[in-house]
Amino acid sequence: MKVTVTIDRRAELADPEGVTVKRALHDLGFTETTSVRMDRVIHLDVDGDDPDVVRGRVEEMCRQLLANPVLEDFSVEVHA
Amino acid sequence: MKTAVVVFPGVNCEHDVVRAIEALGGEAELVWHRDTDLTGFDGVILPGGFAHGDALRTGAIARFSPVMAEVERLASAGAPVLGICNGWQVLCEAGLLPGAHIANRDLSFICRFEEVEVVDTDSILTRGASPGQVLRIPLNSYEGNWVDPSGTGRVVLRYRSDPNGSQDRAAAVTNETGSVVGVMPHPERATDELLGSRDGQVLLESYLHSLVPA
Repeated sequence: MKVTVTIDRRAELADPEGVTVKRALHDLGFTETTSVRMDRVIHLDVDGDDPDVVRGRVEEMCRQLLANPVLEDFSVEVHA
Repeated sequence: MKTAVVVFPGVNCEHDVVRAIEALGGEAELVWHRDTDLTGFDGVILPGGFAHGDALRTGAIARFSPVMAEVERLASAGAPVLGICNGWQVLCEAGLLPGAHIANRDLSFICRFEEVEVVDTDSILTRGASPGQVLRIPLNSYEGNWVDPSGTGRVVLRYRSDPNGSQDRAAAVTNETGSVVGVMPHPERATDELLGSRDGQVLLESYLHSLVPA
C-alpha cells in the first residue's frame, strides 16, 4: 500500500528555512506570502492488506524514527 | 582509565578527539558503531561529524546504532558521556539529553572561533573551570540551534554572542546529575597553540578527571 507521511515542525517553534524562503519570495515580488513552513513529506510503500493495520504500523514508525516528538507532529495517509 | 570514542559512518572528528585526550595524558580508543560491548571503558565521547550523513535528522539514525545500548548503560551507571557537535545531536535523539537541534537561525554554516562563558561548573565538562571564565573555542555546525520546550536542560556553557539562535544561548547542556554533556563548539580543536587556542583543554581535563573506574 502507498502511504504518505507528513512531518510538520510544531507551529510554536522557529523555522529558519521557512523564514528564508519567505524572504526570497518577497524579494521576487510575491509579497502576498505571509508565512512559509518547510514541512517534510515521506512516501512509503508498505506490504499489507488491512489499511488500519498499515496505518498503525506507520504511526509507530513515526513515533520511533520518522518524527522527533520534541520538534514535530505527524499525520499518516493510507492510499487504498 | 579508558574512553571509548564512537565512530559512526560519517563522523570526522574522531582522530582529533583521540589525539587531544592522549595529549592530556588520557587513554582513548576508537570503537565502531556496531560494537555491542564497551566493557572496560570508563567513559564515552561521541565526536563530531555527520553520522549516517545526517539522513532524516541529525542523529536520528545514529541513536539506533547497536553501540548506543552500551552508551545508555554507561550513562545510567553515571559514567561520563560527552557528545561534541553531532555527538550532542545524537544524545538528544537518544533521549539522554533534553531538546533537539534545528538549522542555525540565519541558515549559515558557522565555522569560526566563538567565545563561551562557563555558567555552571557542576558537570563533567566544566568542573575544572571557573564560573564566569570565558573560553575561545571553534564552532563548526549548521544545526547548532538547540531548542528545549521542556525547559529541563541545564546550560553549562553560554555563547557571549548569539551566533545560531540556540535557546538560552546554550553552547553546552547537561543532564540533572551533570554526567552527560552535549557541547556544540569543539574543545578538541582548541588544545594547542598551533590551533589558535588552548581553551578547550580545561574542558577535556574536566572530562578526564570525571572518570572513575567502571
